[in-house]
Amino acid sequence: MKKSVFLGTLAVAGLAAGISAAGTLDDVKARGKVNCGVTEGTLGFSSRNSEGKHEGFDVEFCRALAAAIFDDADAVEYIELSSKNRFTALSAGQADLLYRTTTWTFSRDVDLKTSFVGINYYDGQGFMVPKDLGVTSATELEGATVCIETGTTTELNLADYFRVNGMSYEPLPVGGTSEAKALYEEGACDVYTTDASALAGVRASLKDPSAYIILPEIVSKEPLGPTVRHGDNDWEDVVRWTQNALVAAEELGVTQANVAELAKGTDNPSINRMLGSEGSLCSMLNLESDCFVQAIAATGNYGEIFERTIGESTPIGLARGLNALWTEGGLQYSPPFR
Amino acid sequence: MSDLSYVRTEMLPQKAPPATSVGVVGWLRENLFSSVGNSALTVVTGALLLMLLSAILPWVFLGIWDAESLADCRAQFAEMYADGRTYACWAVIADRWDQIMFGYSFGNLNEGLYWRPLLGLALILVALSPILYPNVPRIMYVATAATLFLYPWLIWGGSIWGPLTLAMCIIGGIVAFRFASQVMITAFALPVAIVVTAVLIMVVMGPLSNGLASVAALELQPVPSREVSGFVLSITIGIVAIVASLPIAIMLALGRQSDLFIVNKLSTGFIEIIRGVPLITLIFVATVLMKYFLPSHIDLDPVVAVMILVTLFTAAYIAEVIRGGLAALPKGQYEAADALGLTYWQAQRLIILPQALKISIPGIVSNFISVFKDTTLVSIVALNDPLGISGAIRSNSDWNGIVWELYGFIALVFWIFCFSMSRYSLWLERQLQTGHR
Repeated sequence: MKKSVFLGTLAVAGLAAGISAAGTLDDVKARGKVNCGVTEGTLGFSSRNSEGKHEGFDVEFCRALAAAIFDDADAVEYIELSSKNRFTALSAGQADLLYRTTTWTFSRDVDLKTSFVGINYYDGQGFMVPKDLGVTSATELEGATVCIETGTTTELNLADYFRVNGMSYEPLPVGGTSEAKALYEEGACDVYTTDASALAGVRASLKDPSAYIILPEIVSKEPLGPTVRHGDNDWEDVVRWTQNALVAAEELGVTQANVAELAKGTDNPSINRMLGSEGSLCSMLNLESDCFVQAIAATGNYGEIFERTIGESTPIGLARGLNALWTEGGLQYSPPFR
Repeated sequence: MSDLSYVRTEMLPQKAPPATSVGVVGWLRENLFSSVGNSALTVVTGALLLMLLSAILPWVFLGIWDAESLADCRAQFAEMYADGRTYACWAVIADRWDQIMFGYSFGNLNEGLYWRPLLGLALILVALSPILYPNVPRIMYVATAATLFLYPWLIWGGSIWGPLTLAMCIIGGIVAFRFASQVMITAFALPVAIVVTAVLIMVVMGPLSNGLASVAALELQPVPSREVSGFVLSITIGIVAIVASLPIAIMLALGRQSDLFIVNKLSTGFIEIIRGVPLITLIFVATVLMKYFLPSHIDLDPVVAVMILVTLFTAAYIAEVIRGGLAALPKGQYEAADALGLTYWQAQRLIILPQALKISIPGIVSNFISVFKDTTLVSIVALNDPLGISGAIRSNSDWNGIVWELYGFIALVFWIFCFSMSRYSLWLERQLQTGHR
């Protein structure tokens, strides 16, 4: 008798686990909140303002997703994750997805059993050196001491780059950006390397930014994007197409200001299909029929998010570069909504 | 014969000691310049100290308290000092001190909620007073019991009827124990009371609290566990661990000394397993890995999980400190208790533990201090302890680049708490000094 109760409990637990693994979207709807994994603090991508609210580029995507699901951009619980515990937290179910400046790589996708469902920022690794080092190109960095954050792809790229170019270097591993910066300013290392998106911000925050230069070489591909658990295709679709909708909205000229107007119907069938006045794309995702309208109304389109959080008008001052739309020479491209 | 030329017949009046051995000069001679070696050491140390202070003090006291951002601070310094000197930019503390102290939950996100953690802290102090000071009237234990239920309500918010009905259920259990122990022996009465309490909690509590809430909804704005942060989080975890670990530690220490085979082995096993694993691993397992084993709709509260783990961890360490105290007692004390005909528990309560605990005070308090500082480890599971918040502040574009000011402020607050604890333990040792040494 006791044994059968025990087995029964196991079976129920297994069943519950099986069901839960199958339906993140249902879990999210039942919870009423999206558990969005973000960084503990990366300039421009996710940080807390003096009111304690999250803001930043990645945060806006979490908000758009929550708006698409719940019509409420604030229905997000931000789980702040370090680069070391992010994948554990995701696969354990602590977070439903990561918008955590996470680079899409083969081994993370295949071996770690996570799925990358899009790219919201095309990044690449760059180098910053003090001006008085007299270096103008990364190929002259033979024998340099390099401050490097552990547990990131930057570490591996650095090794690759120096090996390919037949140079040696002295790595100085550090725990996080602020430690790295403090060490760098004290002159403990000659070179600071991280993703180019962060590099500009780090340089801007140094005591004397003009004493440092960012070298022209970009030595790696760092496509950053949302990450979900392997094998939950419905949830994947929701995340992927919400992000695509923001990119497509920029391409189609749909903005935060005019989305409500355009949602009533336009002459452009692409806009009509996406915003739900023709067909029912949203209900195929098991969402309300105006899901993308809500998402765009909450955060604006991709371009608006970019300009507001990390664009050239902000202290971070990043140019669109690779992240311009494909029609403007960039790589941001959404598959069609039909 | 009487060639004694001079015999003093009265004592000389006492002279003042030589000027070189009293007052400031005397003190200096005795303590700083008593030998050539010591004099050299004094000069060198003094020079070092002077160098250090002349660097630190202006940095601290010439700092700016009023600025928008780090860039603003630097601009102000550039305006004031032409030679490019800069001092501390305390404006970051002025701007964000509420986040560091009260966390995001009671900092400026919810304007006007400061009173909740402050009242909670005051309640804790009142609740601890009968435990910490022997002169406080015993009736204050009522406040201690009430705080157990009020403090979580103040921090996490929600309806007051939840904690209140829980308290009622536990009181019901205690009443049941009183009744039961009149009709049967304690060994049976205890399980009966536990069952009654459990039934009350499972069957009565939910409907009762809902019913009462519909009559009068005494609600505080709820605060999600993940938002409890800053020193509020550190202090909450620290106090829970400190208060709850001591009784568990005493039980474990007695268990390890016990002749009962199972009790002995269980206590030893628990202590050795918990002590053998780093706290950071335990915290990680409790909050992240447990999620693998539990069905996804069960949301393990990360703060509660951490509290339990930190408590058990501290208990294992303190148990060993207390065991040291027990072992230090002369065997005669145990034998004398037996000779008086005291039962095991009477002997422990009246003879053994008071002496053993007195010996263990310094060890116990140093464990308390270290556990309070260990609460900063919770940042590994994405909870925002003060250090986590300092990182978050730095990642905002306003304050990106600030390091020493934030760490300095946090260190100062930690130091105040830890120093008070260590002073209290010294005071307690003097109070309990019975002069047997």
